[in-house]
Amino acid sequence: MLTIKNLKAKVETDEGGKEILKGLNLNVNAGEIHAIMGPNGSGKSTLASVLTGRDGYDVTEGEVLFEGKDLLEISPEDRARQGIFLAFQYPVEIPGVSNTNFLKTAINEIRKSKGEEPMSSVEFLKLIKEKAKLVGLDPQMISRYVNVGFSGGEKKRNEIFQLAMLDPKLSILDETDSGLDIDALRAVAEGVNKLKTKDNAFIVITHYQRLLDYIIPDFVHVMYQGRIVKSGGKELALQLEDQGYDWITDPKEEASV
Amino acid sequence: MNNTETEITDLKTKLISEFQDFEKNLNGEAETTLHFIRKDAFENFKELGFPIKKLEDWKYTNLNPALKQNFIQSFTEYTPALKKEDIEKYLIKNSGINLLVFVNGHFDIGLSHIETKNDKVYIGSFSEGMKDHKDVIEKHFAKIAAYDKNGFVALNTAFAKDGCFIYVKKNYEVKEAVHILNISDAQSESYFSQLRKLVVVEEGGSINIATDYHTIGDQKCFTNAVTEIFCGMNSKVEHYKIQNEGENSYHVGTTQVHQEKDSRFSDTTISWGGAITRNDLNSVFDGTNTECHFYGLYLLTGRQHVDNHTLADHKMPHCYSNELYKGIIDGNATGVFNGKIMVREDAQKTNAYQSNNNILLSDDATIYSKPQLEIFADDVKCSHGATTGQLNPDEMFYLQSRGIGKENARTLLLYAYASDVIDSIKIDELREMVVKKLEMKLK
Ligand SMILES: Nc1ncnc2c1ncn2[C@@H]1O[C@H](COP(=O)(O)OP(=O)(O)O)[C@@H](O)[C@H]1O
Ligand SMILES: [Mg+2]
Repeated sequence: MLTIKNLKAKVETDEGGKEILKGLNLNVNAGEIHAIMGPNGSGKSTLASVLTGRDGYDVTEGEVLFEGKDLLEISPEDRARQGIFLAFQYPVEIPGVSNTNFLKTAINEIRKSKGEEPMSSVEFLKLIKEKAKLVGLDPQMISRYVNVGFSGGEKKRNEIFQLAMLDPKLSILDETDSGLDIDALRAVAEGVNKLKTKDNAFIVITHYQRLLDYIIPDFVHVMYQGRIVKSGGKELALQLEDQGYDWITDPKEEASV
Repeated sequence: MNNTETEITDLKTKLISEFQDFEKNLNGEAETTLHFIRKDAFENFKELGFPIKKLEDWKYTNLNPALKQNFIQSFTEYTPALKKEDIEKYLIKNSGINLLVFVNGHFDIGLSHIETKNDKVYIGSFSEGMKDHKDVIEKHFAKIAAYDKNGFVALNTAFAKDGCFIYVKKNYEVKEAVHILNISDAQSESYFSQLRKLVVVEEGGSINIATDYHTIGDQKCFTNAVTEIFCGMNSKVEHYKIQNEGENSYHVGTTQVHQEKDSRFSDTTISWGGAITRNDLNSVFDGTNTECHFYGLYLLTGRQHVDNHTLADHKMPHCYSNELYKGIIDGNATGVFNGKIMVREDAQKTNAYQSNNNILLSDDATIYSKPQLEIFADDVKCSHGATTGQLNPDEMFYLQSRGIGKENARTLLLYAYASDVIDSIKIDELREMVVKKLEMKLK
């Protein structure tokens, strides 16, 4: 589904640019859950930004293929329309735009890009009810402005709700667990587990292994200084929990995926 | 206007020379109290003339190029020229609404229809209103909007004839809103129109009034509007002004409000038409515990220029005023915001708030924002603030990352930004029209 080869990217700064991703390789197939762990500042959010096409990053080398097609060439909205979704680490508040209007616009634009008819209001309301229940979001929140006045946990839950509504092929969850209490964490994880099918895939970015007690990854990767330096199965997460990152952050130990 | 033309008519001289013709057309009305006011206003206009850029209040708005046009005034007998079909698209789709149509300043009785007719209220033209309510008109006409300081107000007062008069008697709530539709018929001539309105709401009365301005035709035209609103004790008045004129139209409008004790006034001014628009909105609080809201939206593109001047004049204690003006400026357009809160010595316990926000959509768009607070009392709560920026890139990306294209994302955000001003419009059908127009303009 997703193939990242030797990806190098800079963040644009006043001094001209600072290399953050320094040759990253990753391969994600349909039906898989990948966890990316690593200390703060290792470039996990940058990877998410580059994959979703946020302004302010220059890819200097490497390639990213999504279902065989070059992903880096297309606009953020087209990436979303092709089935990429990012649950943001810091979801923004948008006063004046209601969640419903926002989601309806998104769903219908995605449909339009596939040559499909807009969703009927009845169908849309039904979908909202069903998905709100699935991720445990208070339906009251849905008529409110996007994330305005939401607590940290509610914002994260709203991200997963949007994920459920848009039904993407590849979902990237950027530290969805941070700021969540254990109940909210469990609810979010349950939501993800219900949404997982053999046809979609998840990249779960986290630096605690806690979330991985609930969302069981097929692969765990450790990212450090812009590269994936070690990959393994779910037991790697437990090892990191026990021993910290120190034993792994020697760059010579880079592993291939 | 052709700049190589050597002979430029001096509009002021022309208008002055027309006053005698105008008087001849008054048919016996020339000896009335009103006419003495007109004459006095006329002398004031001669003195004041048109405002020039050198005046602090006109610093950013240069009307000289507009005033070089060879405009004509129309004050002879009005012959209706527009048909129902011509104005159909401007109508507010509410069957209960009172409609008053003015064409180049003339009341068109054939296009208008008054729903609310009883002895508690008068809605109609000045000249008709004079029959039964001469005393009310004489008591308030030109008493609210001073004509000895502003040349446009003086000019309007001098030539005021067939304006709009609304009178709500004590404790009467007018359920049906009033729509005052002002049309500049610029199909063949360039008219300079003086539009006049007087609204008197007595103690405990209430009314909602929407007034909008449109142009039919491509000739240049100049609209000079003066609206006087008297809010009696404990009355409630909502006033909406929508500037929808064509790209060859110039508009100068003054809305002057007088508020008595316990009254509530709310104004929403939306400007998105016209080449040059100047809106003056002033409310004087002449009693305690009055409440006043000013909402404004200006959405400009091309070379449009809109100048909003507002004044909340707190003369008495325990009054509340709140102002929210928002601009969206694209192309080479220019917006001006000058909002003044005046808190006079006696106005203790004043609450006065003001904010002006602007989004500039192009590098060549300009905003001059000048919030002013003048406070002479010591026990007051006042705040003001102005912001200018672009669309928030994080919000844009958030929407795009969900599959929403750039254009639609922009529209959603701008619409959201304008929504708190638009929500202040309490006539549902009008608000829906405004929303549709906004969506169209944002595309
Ligand atoms: N806009 C930016 N300007 C400068 N440096 C940045 C910017 N964005 C990220 N960085 C730097 O890039 C590195 C990686 O950041 P990030 O991708 O957020 O890491 P992570 O998500 O793994 O904590 C950090 O050193 C951070 O300071
Ligand atoms: Mg991060």
